[in-house]
Amino acid sequence: MNTALEYHRSPGRYFAGRVVTGTKLGGRAAGTVAANLAPLRLADRKAPPLPGPGWTRVRTRLSGICGSDLSLLTGRNSPYLSPLVSFPFVPGHEVVGETLDALDDLPAGTRIVIDPVLGCAPRGMPECRWCAAGQHSRCDNITTGGLSAGIQTGFCTDTGGGWSRQLVAHRSQLHVVPDDLDDARAVLVEPLACAIHAVRRANVPPEATVLVVGVGTVGLLTVLALREFTEAGPIVVIGRYARQRERARELGATEVIESERAMRALRRKTGGFVVKPERGEEFLLGGADVAFDCTSGSGMTLATRAVRAGGTVVMAGMPNAGADLTPVWFRELTVVGGYASGGGDFPDAMGLAGSAPLGGYVDAVYPLHRWAEAVQHATSAGSLGSTKVVFDPRLDR
Amino acid sequence: MSRPGFVLEVDERTPALLMHEGEGFRLEKLPLGSRVIYPPESLPGFRDVDAEIRRALDAPLGRPPLRELLFAGMRLTIVFDDLSLPLPPMQTPDVRQRVIEQVLELAAAAGVDDVELIAGNSLHRRMTPAELKRTVGERVYRSFFPDHLKNHDAEDKANLTEIGHTKHGEVVEINRRAAESDLIVYVNITLTAMSGGPKSVSVGLASYRSLKHHHNVHTLRHSKSFNDPPNSAMHHSYNRMAALLAENVNIFQIETTVNNSLFPKQMDFLNKREWEWNLKDQAAFLAVRRANELVPPARRRQIWHRNAAPYGITSVTAGAPEEVHPITLRSVLRQQLTEVNGPSDIGIWGLPYICPYNVNSIMNPILVMSLGLGYFFNLYRNQPIVRPGGVAIFYHPVRNEFQSVHHPSYIDFFEEVLAETTDPVAIETKFEEQFATDPWYIHLYRNSYAYHGVHPLYMWYWGAHALEHLGDVIFVGGDRKTTARMGFRSASSLEDALEMARERVGSSPTITYHHTPPVAMADVR
Repeated sequence: MNTALEYHRSPGRYFAGRVVTGTKLGGRAAGTVAANLAPLRLADRKAPPLPGPGWTRVRTRLSGICGSDLSLLTGRNSPYLSPLVSFPFVPGHEVVGETLDALDDLPAGTRIVIDPVLGCAPRGMPECRWCAAGQHSRCDNITTGGLSAGIQTGFCTDTGGGWSRQLVAHRSQLHVVPDDLDDARAVLVEPLACAIHAVRRANVPPEATVLVVGVGTVGLLTVLALREFTEAGPIVVIGRYARQRERARELGATEVIESERAMRALRRKTGGFVVKPERGEEFLLGGADVAFDCTSGSGMTLATRAVRAGGTVVMAGMPNAGADLTPVWFRELTVVGGYASGGGDFPDAMGLAGSAPLGGYVDAVYPLHRWAEAVQHATSAGSLGSTKVVFDPRLDR
Repeated sequence: MSRPGFVLEVDERTPALLMHEGEGFRLEKLPLGSRVIYPPESLPGFRDVDAEIRRALDAPLGRPPLRELLFAGMRLTIVFDDLSLPLPPMQTPDVRQRVIEQVLELAAAAGVDDVELIAGNSLHRRMTPAELKRTVGERVYRSFFPDHLKNHDAEDKANLTEIGHTKHGEVVEINRRAAESDLIVYVNITLTAMSGGPKSVSVGLASYRSLKHHHNVHTLRHSKSFNDPPNSAMHHSYNRMAALLAENVNIFQIETTVNNSLFPKQMDFLNKREWEWNLKDQAAFLAVRRANELVPPARRRQIWHRNAAPYGITSVTAGAPEEVHPITLRSVLRQQLTEVNGPSDIGIWGLPYICPYNVNSIMNPILVMSLGLGYFFNLYRNQPIVRPGGVAIFYHPVRNEFQSVHHPSYIDFFEEVLAETTDPVAIETKFEEQFATDPWYIHLYRNSYAYHGVHPLYMWYWGAHALEHLGDVIFVGGDRKTTARMGFRSASSLEDALEMARERVGSSPTITYHHTPPVAMADVR
């Protein structure tokens, strides 16, 4: 039997959550809404069977709660993704676990991190042009082949997900964790790989002024990736909470600004004029060279309004809100999506996770049966001084 | 007959005394033995102000009568003090209106066509059309605004002209129109001994290039106090600049002074000494205080800023600035000076809702600092009311609130500069040029209603002498985080403040409460 948190199809609950969290009060109580309205249930089911050769069962050691998971549970994610998942599925795509089956080059009991993208290889299909180019995050075959639809492990009914005792993973998804990398750092490898990928997508010029909006896990790891893999100049970070801002400094942020008065503070760094429309947010005529939106889309408005003409805005987090695109047109901005990871991102992330000052980032570990508390904690992580909240199914008896 | 100022020693019979604290006030019992400095009672104002103005214009000092200086074909520029004076604003008709109307009548009679009116606002914000109208009156406003009634623009490089350099190398650069006029008539209100005289043209019409010679930390630390011109390095600089101006520009100065009637009849208790409050005053105090507490903050601010003072005009003097100003100063001191016997360990001030730079606006934390540690601390002659290393206690809520239209550079100064350092010298060295030359701040100063980018730094320098002199600064009722950002401490009560002050001044400190407003200048022997 496999204890798992199962997300089942329930348009009613989905829309109820979406409506409630769309209000001011509901937005503030998003964690409570998710805990009570999300179509998520703790279930004991049969463990997912192996889909075929080259697959192994994985026992979960730790699995993180990501911003995209929270968007799912609060109904804030986009219906665009609905055909790209298969129900019911077990969420959890940030996974460190151990293999239960031997593979050709991997003995059973190997500690691994999962690259959750379900591209051509796990689906048993001839490689599409993207998978062939090492860019499996762009795979066109995510709804077909030997698996049900699902962009990633954690969104596919056939694979299970990290929020369970056991799931299945294909050899192509597995990255061996070095012995000297503990689980708490290993569970950060997947989000770190995503951050590295987004940073590489941005092609940050040397000495560029970079703005990072949001300093949850994605934002913090983006700052780290910027310092490690680019020659960015000043990195200005906008974050609401003191602990987050402190962490950003430790990772190499030049300047950390509170959300209120962010535009003015950024103006002082980059020059330019602040302009206030009759309705809507202020914007800069001037601004950063590159901006990363590391929120769940709520930072897109700020990012597009704080970047100079001709600048670049990178969407590093899954969006859950719309934004006025007028600045994109008027200021001739380049908007870049950064989804998942590809190529050498995972190995680089594995290497960096061991050396970077990421100690204490996993500061809340929950058993599956306390998922409601875990979700509420993760939703309010910033205000509670936390960074990453994870599940450890081994704590479930 | 107005009674002179005096120093009260608090004893068992002394009632609780009034403390202003922003847009409110309280009654506070001071420890026994505390001294309280009261200003002289409000002097009577002239019954016929217009007649006094006429007399002054007809019998000026050091110049022929004004009518003899006016002729057809001349370029006449009338400059007037901006809305930073007086405080609170006076009831209409403003005395500047009265003076300007008479000057214009004389000019018209002489056939003068080319007349410009300029608000001498220096690096202060521009006055709005409504504010200009209130100051100069409807008639003058309708006749001259907008083409011939303007604010001085210290960043309009094309309309500034360099007069020259003083013997100390200070550049004097002023408004071109004024400099090239045949006559500048300056219409002044001298509220404290700091203003008027050599300051009028040399500062009111100047540029940043000129101002930085005296608006700097060194000069302000050597102005002890800046309300005592002979002992003020700032005024020495003004004098040098005024001397250079006198050689190059023709100035006819008209200076006025007001009495200490700051509050209207309904709030007369604020003008009076507490033990002389009658039943009506006591009832008014209770009613006003209660109403003040119940009204929403935005509305409360509006009500306070609508207060127009029923000033009496106590002097009108016209002529050569160097001859007019000593007369003006004597009038100011007659109204404000109170003799005090020596300094004490602790000085207490209640800070009111208004300072020169938040008229019709919000008093942000930096303005609170400059009002307390700048203006009020410097209301002395000879020595401060607090001994070196003593403690200043102020009453003010010190809220973290800013008016983003009027004070945009203040917001950045508070958020960034003070987060890094509160040392005036470090601030001047590292940040002054950035703030003074930031194109956005310049744009807002010239086109919106913003104080110049450098202005918050000047306000910080205003307190530089006090910061060097004092051992500690405590705000009773002050927001803890905001006061801490500025390097000060907050206490929830006077008792707590005195307890906190113990570490500096011991457990039995001498205390002086400087009971102002109305303005009292301490002559500390």
